[in-house]
Amino acid sequence: MASTLGLILSFLIFPGLLFTAVGGLATQWVDRKVSALVQWRVRPPWFQPFADILKLLGKEIVIPVGAKRAGFFLAPLAGLAAVGVVSTILWLTNLRGVGFVGDLIGVLYLLTIPSLGIILGASASSNPLASVGASREMKLVLAYELPFVIAIFTAVTKVSPMTLRLDSIIAYQEANGVLLGNASCILAFIVCILVAQAKLTYPPFDIPEAETEIMDGTHMEYSGAALAVIKLQQAMMLFTLPIFFITLFWGGLQFSGWNILYTIVKYLIIVTIIVLIKNTNPRVRIDQAVRFFWGPISLIAVIGMVLAILGF
Amino acid sequence: MGATSWGFKKSLWVFHLNAGACNNCDIEVLDCLCPKFDVERFGIKLVGSVKHADVLLVSGSVPRKVVPELIEAYEQAPKPCAVVALGACGCTGGIFKDGYNFAGPVDKHIPVDAYVPGCPPRPEAIIGAIVKLIGTL
Repeated sequence: MASTLGLILSFLIFPGLLFTAVGGLATQWVDRKVSALVQWRVRPPWFQPFADILKLLGKEIVIPVGAKRAGFFLAPLAGLAAVGVVSTILWLTNLRGVGFVGDLIGVLYLLTIPSLGIILGASASSNPLASVGASREMKLVLAYELPFVIAIFTAVTKVSPMTLRLDSIIAYQEANGVLLGNASCILAFIVCILVAQAKLTYPPFDIPEAETEIMDGTHMEYSGAALAVIKLQQAMMLFTLPIFFITLFWGGLQFSGWNILYTIVKYLIIVTIIVLIKNTNPRVRIDQAVRFFWGPISLIAVIGMVLAILGF
Repeated sequence: MGATSWGFKKSLWVFHLNAGACNNCDIEVLDCLCPKFDVERFGIKLVGSVKHADVLLVSGSVPRKVVPELIEAYEQAPKPCAVVALGACGCTGGIFKDGYNFAGPVDKHIPVDAYVPGCPPRPEAIIGAIVKLIGTL
């Protein structure tokens, strides 16, 4: 009973929803600072993402005529809950080493739920532009899931007694050096960074929510608190994905002594790479994106997997 | 002053509505967002959908055909929403005041909170108007 209550509190406060939300909004500030630096601008102050969410909570919610209210409101909430669960699993594994067989598979399928939530919510919006955004998001998910799964399983193959537990992968890296030191995992890491761009719908893959083409696409009809849920979900994904990649490829989060600084530096490097790719690329068309993920990126992921099987 | 009204002052999302403008005011708005004047450091950013808007930036003298769309856009913006009439056309009709399809300046159809005169207004004037608008919110 006490451990169940402890798990629920872990999900709600630390390291679940509240902690990830605060961390995600702080990471969005890092995003805006790096963007401003590259564009020779001055960045907004550190509390800017928090002010955005607070403002959204104070606006009225305008519901379009003909929208299906259940799907419209519940789908983004499901996505938010899924990201919260992923973050809880990752942090509990890194902090306390608790896990279960197959929690890697759990994290993999939970990470697709935010995209599905966006698709459902956009389809329930009774707006043709939102449906266009939803169909683009569907195609994008189909495109990037294939190389993503291959890259994750490259890391699984590299770990010597093949395992699906995250804490075993971390333990293997503590014993044998980080997985990023192997050629196969470098290729898998590159694939994962590019898939992260698509998962976060950042340029060059922000096709579903293209501002100038389809007027914010998938979340066009959301306003007020419902939009705050979507923005929070995006912030939490930005916080969770680099931590997932550090856990898989870069040795996990270490909190002993100087390793805290080293962990923060690793995290900031991944976030900076994502933001730099975001700022230097235009948006691609959806067929170009699908061809990109099913063509060169899947090829790189398969080469990485073959190298891992061969032992490199 | 609650947390949400503090947040409202610090992060204004602007939706730009072109109600029959010649585009000159719109280019000046773009100037405000570019690195030289950079209003994004105040939290102001341009949004693509009127449902995300806090400020409706209306430029142009309103021709007859735009009137229903102007009113509908104002009603779709979630309240609290401020309206800014941009340029001489938005304030009074400017040089198109005696045109055959001129259907009144912006404040004839929707309540306006700030007027920015000029043809086109300089980016400094637009920023000054936004600062005065934030002061009244």
